[in-house]
Amino acid sequence: MDYLALYVTVKLAVITTVFLMLIAAPVAYALAYYRFAGKSFLEALIYLPMALPPTVIGFYLIIIMGPKGFVGKIAEFLTGDSLLFTFTGIAMASVIYSFPFAVQPMKAAFSRIDRRLLESAYVLGLSKRATFFRVIIPNSLAGIAAAAILVFLHSIGAFGVLLMVGGSVPGETKVASIAIYEAVEMMDYRAAGMIALSFIPISYAFLLLINKLNEGSHK
Amino acid sequence: MTVDAFLKKKLKYFDLDISFSCAGKNMVVMIGPSGGGKTTVIRMLAGLDRPDEGKINFGNEVWFDSSCGVNVAVQQRRVGYVFQDYNLFPHLNLLDNAAFAAVDKKEVEALFEIFQIRHLKKRKPHMVSGGERQRCAICQALARHPRLLLLDEPLSALDTVTRRALRLELRNLKKTLSCPIIYVTHDINEALFLADEILPLVEGKNDENWLNRMLAREPSGDNSLRGVREPKIALAI
Repeated sequence: MDYLALYVTVKLAVITTVFLMLIAAPVAYALAYYRFAGKSFLEALIYLPMALPPTVIGFYLIIIMGPKGFVGKIAEFLTGDSLLFTFTGIAMASVIYSFPFAVQPMKAAFSRIDRRLLESAYVLGLSKRATFFRVIIPNSLAGIAAAAILVFLHSIGAFGVLLMVGGSVPGETKVASIAIYEAVEMMDYRAAGMIALSFIPISYAFLLLINKLNEGSHK
Repeated sequence: MTVDAFLKKKLKYFDLDISFSCAGKNMVVMIGPSGGGKTTVIRMLAGLDRPDEGKINFGNEVWFDSSCGVNVAVQQRRVGYVFQDYNLFPHLNLLDNAAFAAVDKKEVEALFEIFQIRHLKKRKPHMVSGGERQRCAICQALARHPRLLLLDEPLSALDTVTRRALRLELRNLKKTLSCPIIYVTHDINEALFLADEILPLVEGKNDENWLNRMLAREPSGDNSLRGVREPKIALAI
């Protein structure tokens, strides 16, 4: 079995999840609590990766991250290397690809919190920032966990985007979904089947966990 | 310390226009029909709503002054605010709720003793009764050593028996506090029982006629519920 590909997949999913939890939380907070000009346009833009075909996202990422794109230029200036066909490149692609899946459940969880609780915290002397950490986060743990699981599952399933941006470099950008595809292409159904099978219990367990969390939050 | 307020705000159905003051150790009970602007007044005192025009002075501090753009943030006013319900944080037990912004966490236990909820300190808010939640909410507000205590219909979500018991506790509590207390209710009995001064608020204005009509309707046999002394009616400044 291609353990290396599984390892790259899990590593990518973990990094994507951790990173996205950190950057999506403030975005979800702003969308849940602030009104500003152009908010609906911004929100639609954030959710756009959810609605676009992965190959379209991949195409634009190649343009942006390539040697002539602005992100590619910055990366080359900083590291002297191109982003395409590297793990960093697919990690960035994966973050963008899964961004809406992190923002949406978190925004929903934040919006569900009673505004009076926040006002109560302000009256008790808490700044907005302290209120975020002491009231909002502890009262939306189920939503945050749901967001994390969704992002994790979504990024282990990524295929088109990663193939476009990263190709299939073993140990670097060759993730399990690409390994399955390549094994099938080479008529090696046994190898493909082994990797495919390893996905089922992981995905199933996480879905069960999501259901549990949803039940818990409705109590 | 005395709080002086002169507040004007355009609301949806009427214009709020009221002024009053409340000295330390005193309780002003704001009474009036629902939707008359009582909660808005309380929220403006707390700093959660902004008057269109007016002034709020606390002692020699200016909390709000529309003429020179002063508006002290809600966090800096250090008021205690007890709502009808929803004061407590659902993820914390009663003790942690009350200690949330406590000046001295050791005091919380003593407050719990006074309000007879010490045996419930490890329970989450949804595991105790409404009366116990409100007791905890009052402890939460007091533990912060508020300079002004705002009670917005703290008893109206409770059943009659609990309400009467808690009403008595509040009156006893009043004697021990030195800060001004503003209390909102739509229950005339509660107002008579607790108030040093009554401020009738109807459609955003001080309306004594309304209060007199309500007092005339009051059953005369119910005098046992009245305050020790007849409350004065707060006069507009």
